[in-house]
Amino acid sequence: MIQQVVGVVMSGVFHASILFLVSAGLQVVFGVQKIFNLACGSFYALGAYVGVSAVGWYAAAGGPPALFIVPLAVAGLAAGGVGLVVERGLLRFVYDRDETFQLLLTFAVVLMMEDAIRMTWGTSPRSTSGLYLVYGGVSVLGTTVPVYNLIVIGASLAIALVIGWLLTRTAFGRIIRATADNREMAEALGVDVRRVFAGVFTLGTALGTLGGALVIPATAAMSEMGIELIVEAFAVVVIGGLGSMRGAFVGALSVGILRAIAISVYPKLEMLLIYLIVIAVLVLRPRGLFGEARA
Amino acid sequence: MSGRLVLAAALGAIVLAPLAASTYHVLLMLPFMAYAVALLGLNLLFGYTGLVSFGHALFLGIGAYTGAVLTSVCGVRSMEVILVAAGALGALVAAPVGALCVRYVKIYFGMLTLAFGMVFYTFVLKFYRLTGGDEGMPFLRPALLGWSLERMPKTDYLVGPYYYYSLAVLVLATLAMWRVVGSPFGLCLKTVRDNPTKAETLGIGVARYRWYAFVISAVYAAVGGALLGPPTGNVDPTLAYWTQSGNIVFMTLLGGFASFFGPILGAFVFIYLQDWVMSVVPFWRLVFGAILASIVIVAPGGLAGLWERRAVEREASRA
Repeated sequence: MIQQVVGVVMSGVFHASILFLVSAGLQVVFGVQKIFNLACGSFYALGAYVGVSAVGWYAAAGGPPALFIVPLAVAGLAAGGVGLVVERGLLRFVYDRDETFQLLLTFAVVLMMEDAIRMTWGTSPRSTSGLYLVYGGVSVLGTTVPVYNLIVIGASLAIALVIGWLLTRTAFGRIIRATADNREMAEALGVDVRRVFAGVFTLGTALGTLGGALVIPATAAMSEMGIELIVEAFAVVVIGGLGSMRGAFVGALSVGILRAIAISVYPKLEMLLIYLIVIAVLVLRPRGLFGEARA
Repeated sequence: MSGRLVLAAALGAIVLAPLAASTYHVLLMLPFMAYAVALLGLNLLFGYTGLVSFGHALFLGIGAYTGAVLTSVCGVRSMEVILVAAGALGALVAAPVGALCVRYVKIYFGMLTLAFGMVFYTFVLKFYRLTGGDEGMPFLRPALLGWSLERMPKTDYLVGPYYYYSLAVLVLATLAMWRVVGSPFGLCLKTVRDNPTKAETLGIGVARYRWYAFVISAVYAAVGGALLGPPTGNVDPTLAYWTQSGNIVFMTLLGGFASFFGPILGAFVFIYLQDWVMSVVPFWRLVFGAILASIVIVAPGGLAGLWERRAVEREASRA
């Protein structure tokens, strides 16, 4: 019994740590730029494919298998560069427009990215063969947990702490929060909002692509993985509250663990349960658990 | 005046199409007419009331599954009964869903509708004993106006009786919607869109009017969804997925949400352009994503917006 519980919780937390990265990217972009980025799932898928390729090259070049996580993470972060292209090439033209148009523009990015991935990597699923088990497993209360999962959970926690530190303790974080609070006032005080927006969107994208790269040893990369993840990330930010980092953390944990429980108890409920919770939160407490109050 | 002429020409072309155009292109008209009906409703919400739903595939799905269940489980084969049932069920679901959704606007409205859409999608996907899961359900050939057309070859049925049946539904739906948007009720919706505070002061119950628009749009979407079934003869959950909701908003924007006929034009261009692009390159999403991005950035009024701008410029140069 206890083994099952530990197994379910551990797989839930692993999924949660990936979800956290993607939704943290969604949150930072929404918090500062007020754009709900539907394409964050596509960035996640891109990160996954770039990760598979990077690990493939690394293995072909004869790198030690135990260090595969290094090229994986580097590739994941580097893929975040596409965020800069999207922001400079598309999003910057619509900052003054209605939210609806911003949302639709990110939907256009979803469409384009999906086919761009198919063009580059083909339609069949890609996976990194066998690397997942390079680190072996450890026994936690009688259940074997892959060490790789623990590494990802640790990395996600570390990233959460770094983001928290970045936003609250550094000058860059203060500028970001000031811009999020009052863009015009920040601009009047000499903040180059264009650069802040470009930086924030790239950061948000890199969190998504990193999440995609890190998940890849545990699962296969498929072209639909992006549009499937976006609805989960969406559930996370609704439960946690739009724009809040703490919300992303708590939301990701709840969605990850609830989903794992639902899968092990009654698989049919899986996402249905999550969406019902999302609706309940939106109806009862639309700003989520940690969202800022809106007039 | 020239607008009316264009409209009459378009209608004439649609009526004559089965006689002149290739069967393949005539068959493509069927999803176009089904989507056109759904988009008339969606645009009452988007263009006239100012609410963008990212979950209207929910109602397309309800309409299509109503038809599938009625024909293949209940043995009801009358298309009129199917359409009425689809509309009624759409309204029945939209009433509570809409009541919750219209409490919010903009991004929160979009998110809530998306969540409801995904609830329905997951439901039809997971409860395969009821819905056939990802394989979907057969939508058996319905009888039209009491005529059972079982013996007719499928293509003859679709390009003949079913084509004109769909067209009749589209024309009726258009006329009804024309009355709706031209009525005082339609004007109230526009007021709600442009200035909710003022509307409230004038005694218009803002939330109530948004709810009306939501329910009407759901009925249209459900009827459109039911029309989508017979051409393929099968209904599957992808029809209710959130990207489908995105696609119909895309069609509306492509044609022009600010204009009454814009969305119908959008559905037409979307379907034929998609077919053409897919025949040239397999990556239609890439091309369509680029088109959507350029519309959003350069021409938010869509094709109808470009047309109107040209007309205005012509007026101006004449003066």
